[in-house]
Amino acid sequence: MTALVSATGLTKHFAVRGGSFLRRHTTALRAVDGVDLQIRSGETLGLVGESGCGKSTLGRLLIRLIEPTGGRIDFDGHEITGLSTKAMRQHRRAMQIIFQDPYGALNPRMSVEDIIMEPLLIHGARADAATRAKVAEALRLVGLPARAAQRFPHEFSGGQRQRVGIARALVLNPKFVVCDEPVSALDVSVQAQIVNLLQDLQKELGLTFLFIAHDLSVVKHISDRVAVMYLGKVVEVAEKHAIYSAPQHPYTQALIAAVPVLRPQDRARGRRVRIAGDIPSALNPPSGCRFHTRCPHVMPICRVQEPALTEPAPAHHVACHLVNPV
Amino acid sequence: MSLLEVRDLTTAFKTERGEVTAVEDISFDLDEGEILGIVGESGSGKSVTALTIMGLLPQPPARVVRGSVHFAGELLTGMSETRLERIRGAGISMVFQEPMTSLNPVLTIGEQIMETVRAHEAISVRDQRLRAIEMLDRVGIPSAVRRLGDYPHQMSGGQRQRVMIAMALACRPRLLIADEPTTALDVTIQAQVLDLLMDLRDELGMAIMIITHNMGVIAETADRVLVMYAGRIVEQAPVARLFDRPLHPYTRGLLDCVPTLEQDRNRLVAIPGSLPEPARRPAGCRFAPRCGHRIDACSAAIPPLVAVDASHASACIRTDILA
Amino acid sequence: MNLPDAPSRPDAEADIQDVPIHRQHPAWMTLRRLFRHQLFLTGIGLFGIILAAAILAPIIAPVDPTKLAMRYKFRPPDGTFIFGTDNFGRSLWSRVIWGAQLSVVIGFSVVLLNAIFGTLIGALAGYFRSLDNGLMRVNDALMAFPAILLAIGVTAVLGPSTFNVILALAVVYIPRTARIVRSSVIVLREMEYVQAAVAAGAGHWRILRRHILPNAMAPLIVQLSFLFAYAVLSEATLSFLGLGAVPPTPTWGNIMAEGRQYMSEASWIITIPGIALMITVMGLNLLGDGLRDVLDPRLRIQQ
Repeated sequence: MTALVSATGLTKHFAVRGGSFLRRHTTALRAVDGVDLQIRSGETLGLVGESGCGKSTLGRLLIRLIEPTGGRIDFDGHEITGLSTKAMRQHRRAMQIIFQDPYGALNPRMSVEDIIMEPLLIHGARADAATRAKVAEALRLVGLPARAAQRFPHEFSGGQRQRVGIARALVLNPKFVVCDEPVSALDVSVQAQIVNLLQDLQKELGLTFLFIAHDLSVVKHISDRVAVMYLGKVVEVAEKHAIYSAPQHPYTQALIAAVPVLRPQDRARGRRVRIAGDIPSALNPPSGCRFHTRCPHVMPICRVQEPALTEPAPAHHVACHLVNPV
Repeated sequence: MSLLEVRDLTTAFKTERGEVTAVEDISFDLDEGEILGIVGESGSGKSVTALTIMGLLPQPPARVVRGSVHFAGELLTGMSETRLERIRGAGISMVFQEPMTSLNPVLTIGEQIMETVRAHEAISVRDQRLRAIEMLDRVGIPSAVRRLGDYPHQMSGGQRQRVMIAMALACRPRLLIADEPTTALDVTIQAQVLDLLMDLRDELGMAIMIITHNMGVIAETADRVLVMYAGRIVEQAPVARLFDRPLHPYTRGLLDCVPTLEQDRNRLVAIPGSLPEPARRPAGCRFAPRCGHRIDACSAAIPPLVAVDASHASACIRTDILA
Repeated sequence: MNLPDAPSRPDAEADIQDVPIHRQHPAWMTLRRLFRHQLFLTGIGLFGIILAAAILAPIIAPVDPTKLAMRYKFRPPDGTFIFGTDNFGRSLWSRVIWGAQLSVVIGFSVVLLNAIFGTLIGALAGYFRSLDNGLMRVNDALMAFPAILLAIGVTAVLGPSTFNVILALAVVYIPRTARIVRSSVIVLREMEYVQAAVAAGAGHWRILRRHILPNAMAPLIVQLSFLFAYAVLSEATLSFLGLGAVPPTPTWGNIMAEGRQYMSEASWIITIPGIALMITVMGLNLLGDGLRDVLDPRLRIQQ
């Protein structure tokens, strides 16, 4: 399979002003720090990690909603880093995004029809009957009735709004969609609807997804492959069964162990390994392996040398000194 | 006699469109040392139930329409604010979801814990300080003495939640109400905080009420569970029983619709539709419009919570057929 | 676009029944809320009196407000002279009504200039980070002067006239308006629907026009209603100090300035325009409070 999207050494540092009033200084927040990642055509790549690990920033970098500090992005065989806004516009049709917050993602002063129609208008369509028909089709595709077109966002439930957001992302017929925590703001009983919808749409339209989430169970359910991020770095990438049944990186192992199980008789407390401590700040990440401050298997080398992403098993990439001793 | 006895508790809110009932006919008991889980989605009334028990809802717009809350034999509903303040903190205390906004940013955490102690106990500043150190140590904040002088912004989200728990424990309450205590936290931190709550129960013997939307949190912590939907209790059972043999179609739906790490499924079994807004709840069984087992009789009257045995009750008229 | 035939989505069916039949335009809902709001209605009522007087001035006050009639001077309010007369025997009714017209014209002009230039500066500074520093430092410099002092300074340089008063008040208040617009724009710029528009390839102009400005209007409208009150008040102050419209053109400020000398003998001369001023300012403030309650979502959530 070929890569539809590929990132090489992708980096994003945000300048953060700090210090006292008199002694101002700027620090680089290393949100994404040298990430190599390939997303294959037609697959769903799950991207997991805890808050502040840079997963959302990475998603936005890939479709150039944020300008990278360094590195290179290739989309569908073309390098898109460095393209002007104008040159970028033709690629934008093919890459779209679905957001987490179903309230903040829709302009409250626009009707659903105007919201879904906007991407078409930007790409040269006129607000005529043919365009309206496309909006109606997009609505039907996400399971909303045609009369929803005339309503405003505040009239819908969270799940319905998320459907509108999906319709807007799909109306341009994209190849690649970044799903940035698309279900985590929804009620549990509604999440499954949206997950099912996304899976159906992927099958019907042949979409490629980057599915960003902090919920490991949802990611396992929807993904073909999974990438795990910690403090701006990808620490493990593999096919999903490999990740979940044989996680190699201690952080991946800890993440999976921390997920509550739905069997009260198998309570995790006291039985499984818990990692102690908090996530360090991305403003001042630990030296060497960034996980060494919390890692139960830490070795001296972990504090000084950063582990490279290696491939200990076919198609299973890990960045850890345990797996790949120096 | 149970530590907490709630009977027919019904709370309503005044809104632009008239009075809207948020929770209705809530009855349950909570024993000393027990962990009760209340699980529900938005609009289920789980937080309103907790805030009503604590007497923390501003009245108006809120109003306790009927029902009673007894804590350690004392009637809380209708109690004067002065007496309630004495019980809050010392008898019952509460931990909220958002550790960022629940702590005062301009006071050190030591001052905040000491202030809580001072409000309830006449002890010297030295003893207050010792208590604060003890509590921080108890909730697993390393080098507690040094961190007394820290401000909330100097701590991470997980540490702030520990500080909140330390404050809640400062006066050794008999009941701790934790409203979504781990929702704002990452999964590795959530695991730490849940472990902490269970350790505290084991060591201090206090009762805990955990309110959450997350079935996983319930499975990991609770002894007994109340499932709430649209303002009412729909099922009540010991935790193992609930996960093993759920009776109410909503509970079953909730358990079926979440993907788990243990199983592989091609497709999730979704519950169709959306949650009803409090002002627009359907007649009869509120879950009926989304229920796959719905019959006409479901919409005729609100089904009461009926016990199937000593510990398990469900509010569904078709329990016998579906069980 | 080539979407396949939409398949059925069974999970959504219950939702579909939930989609309301009646369309509720957000603007319509806002209006309905406003007209149920007691403060807003009181404010509209009070300000409406002044506005009606200003518009109907030629009809309800046909007597020339500048016409001297020394033999009628210092007549207290009675059947002939509703508000009495001043030291030159001019009808105070006419003078106060025409004064109202001037106040309203100045208020509207200042509000209009603020709406245009305040929005322009605020939107540019808030949306384009590169312009922010420059524009806001100029803004801060202007805001560092006490409002009335700056207005006095500008009119003193330009000379007293109605037009110069409008200009002076615009210079004083536009920086404040720009700041309010800027802060809303900074928040809105980060909204996910703006990100979605960027992802769809929208240009800056479209994003500002369709997504940012319409949503920045609510706090601006609230601010402008308070601004109207400030403008009327400042104009009265300036003409009280002799820096406003040139006498004999009647303004509430210069009527009060003249009446001040006769406060003990003819107290109505200073009292009546004072009451008119109070009604205007109170009406506008109540109206602004009502608008803020209804339009500002941050406050609505708290209720």
